[in-house]
Amino acid sequence: MIITSFLPSADRGLSWLLRLSALLSAASLGGIVLVLLWRTGPFLLSQGGAVLASGWHPGDGEYGMAAMIAGSLLVSLLALALAAPLAVMLAAWLRYYAPAMLRRPTLILVELMAGIPSVVYGLWGLLVLVPWINRWAPPGASWLAGSLVLALMILPLALLVTDTALRQLPPAWGRAGEALALSRFGVLRRVLLPGAAPAILSGVVLQFGRALGETMAVLMVCGNVVQWPHSVFDPVRTLTANIALEMAYATGEHRVALFVSGLMLISVTAALLILAWRLRGHDHAPQ
Amino acid sequence: MTRYWGILVLILTLAGCGPRTDKLVITGSSTMAPVIAEVAERYEAETGVQVDVQSGGTGRGISDVRQGLADIGMASRALHPDEDDLTAFIVAQDGIALIVHRDNPVPALNDDQVRAIYQGGTDNWSAVGGGDRPITVVNKAEGRSTLELFLAYFQLDNRDVQADVVIGENQQGIKAVAGDPAAIGYVSIGSAEYEAEAGTPIRLLPLSGVAARIETVNAKRYPLRRELNLVVDGEPGDAGRAFIDFAHSAAVADLYRDHYFVPAQR
Amino acid sequence: MHRSDRWAAALGVIPWLLVVAPLMLLLAALWQQGQDALSLAFLLEDPRRAGRAGGIASVLLSTGWILTVCLAVAVPVGLGCALFLSEEVHPGSAMARRLGFALDLLAATPSVVFGLFGYQFFAITLGLGFSILSGGLALSLMVLPLMIRSTEQALRGVPLSYRRAAEALAVSRWGWVSRVLLPNAASGIAVGVILSVGRALAETAVLLFTAGYVLRRPDSAFDSGRALSVHIYDMAMNVPGGTERAAATALVLVALLVSINVLIRRLVRRPFAGVV
Repeated sequence: MIITSFLPSADRGLSWLLRLSALLSAASLGGIVLVLLWRTGPFLLSQGGAVLASGWHPGDGEYGMAAMIAGSLLVSLLALALAAPLAVMLAAWLRYYAPAMLRRPTLILVELMAGIPSVVYGLWGLLVLVPWINRWAPPGASWLAGSLVLALMILPLALLVTDTALRQLPPAWGRAGEALALSRFGVLRRVLLPGAAPAILSGVVLQFGRALGETMAVLMVCGNVVQWPHSVFDPVRTLTANIALEMAYATGEHRVALFVSGLMLISVTAALLILAWRLRGHDHAPQ
Repeated sequence: MTRYWGILVLILTLAGCGPRTDKLVITGSSTMAPVIAEVAERYEAETGVQVDVQSGGTGRGISDVRQGLADIGMASRALHPDEDDLTAFIVAQDGIALIVHRDNPVPALNDDQVRAIYQGGTDNWSAVGGGDRPITVVNKAEGRSTLELFLAYFQLDNRDVQADVVIGENQQGIKAVAGDPAAIGYVSIGSAEYEAEAGTPIRLLPLSGVAARIETVNAKRYPLRRELNLVVDGEPGDAGRAFIDFAHSAAVADLYRDHYFVPAQR
Repeated sequence: MHRSDRWAAALGVIPWLLVVAPLMLLLAALWQQGQDALSLAFLLEDPRRAGRAGGIASVLLSTGWILTVCLAVAVPVGLGCALFLSEEVHPGSAMARRLGFALDLLAATPSVVFGLFGYQFFAITLGLGFSILSGGLALSLMVLPLMIRSTEQALRGVPLSYRRAAEALAVSRWGWVSRVLLPNAASGIAVGVILSVGRALAETAVLLFTAGYVLRRPDSAFDSGRALSVHIYDMAMNVPGGTERAAATALVLVALLVSINVLIRRLVRRPFAGVV
């Protein structure tokens, strides 16, 4: 830190400017939470519990979100179950087994995937995936479709996080394994992956949060029926898709109910974030 | 640093400070939005007045107009009695048709069959004369007038509807049916005819023996007709009135016909 | 080589295929649907007939405007906050952790929530309505954490020896920042800006509620405007016969994002230097 005995005015001005920026940044989060609480406060106090019921009929004043909460959770969990193992396996394979000239192009491709907007994934899901699922199990727009598209979306970052975590392991670990003539696979399984596990898990938890928050792709491929699904081929509606679908014309209580679901989303995200931090340690910038 | 701010301020100033006063905002029915957007294009070309058209559903149009977020609302139905604070100007006629995939052999459905399908009583096409396939029921999301009118005509309650897919905009419904040989849905006749003519694999089913075509809507023979209205809160302002008059005029009748609606007689 | 290693090496191809194939299929499907509509005219003409004909010039323009507003807010505030973190805050301190958490939460918040907030605060409370301003401001909030984090990393990447040298010469804080720190961190900061652009381009849900859908060329920041991602959504969902153009627009957007990716690689030697 620069230390001068008294700060010339340019420095003081700068200092104030910087503090202001930091304040603004932090305040935006506070602002969002405040606005959400302000809009939803009275509603929550008077009928908060009702949102946990099952019937979503805003026309009749019923705002039970349970089925949609389930929809969000189920779609994201299945996506995670599909994407996370694949991401870890592929990252490990790329790092330790793949021919060198395959590694770089694949990682570049994965980075590209990470940047593709959700609406493009949704478009593809609508054009290709849903009709394809439809051939085996109508209607096609379903929990499964949502999870498949989401899995594609969270896989790239999960893979990159795993790759980074593996890269940051002490190289001595790998070398020790070699010195002991252990198979690379054995070292991977028993030493490297467990060692990187906290970082990997933390990244995976974050991607789960991202899956929960995804809107456009699920809106386009999930069917949007408010119901508890009986099979993966049943359509569902997520909280996020619900907001996008109904925000435009919801008025009064209906709109407040949507804000409540927004509040729910941000609370769950915060909880997941805390979990991810705990898993990772207390860095300022978890991966 | 100062230079950066200076340039920024300059750009924003040149860009015009303050919202424009000669601008109209129109929101509402997704059925009407495409055709009204074209009417607005022509209007702007002629008068230079900027018109913004956004969809979002009839419910939104009405709510925006009441809240002052829009100057004119698009409603694809007649106004309800409790909407007497609003004034409606009819610009076209449309209908609501049941659509199925083009390859679906079923020629027609009567009202009871439709009710049974939507309530989940009939869940296979074989029960109504089609192949042995489970029916994919496509329903509209709440707040859409198409849903309201459909439910009212068939005397259904939305709670009883067992849908397999819920869609928002008309086009989504058309896509859902075009992509699934076992699907049935309902959309605006205008949108459906337009798409069918363009080659999209859907077919409109007749209702009560009357073919679902814009001609039968025009001849008032098709039973499930609806008005396409521009609504305002109270009385329209000058700018609003000018646009509404234009939207009625013969100068734009061809636009409605292009979209397979029946332009309203003035 | 151990047997287990041989198995692992061989079987690993399966996950590779499972990941690469869908992406290839996606690009192929988009190309197949959209290639007929792609042309120079597509980029230069305004849309006609609700987007079914013509091109996407006005959409590109609106997107540019929205990005400008977004960056105009996110870059200075982000830079300021990052400087605050690197200059005034000790890495392990309570302040660092609290601010870090707030920023991470902001980064992880679902975009619909930003849409709700943007709609309520910018469009209604501030009276900006559906406009490029509302959209750009809401986007800047989303992009801020990314900007801060990558800028902070760039700043911390400036060698400690420079800092010590400046201290030894009793250079003022302002001098240090403006003449040494920023110029040296410039490429890293540029990466942050470019990453933010990439993130902003991909956003749809936020803009649906703030910038709106309007197709025409905006005359000012107070006008509504349609961003590329919103155009894709509208063409795919709302306009009869719009699928081909949705795919074509998607290809344009992907091409833009790829160029951004390439640009970042030019500026940074290590591909993903911890900034995700």
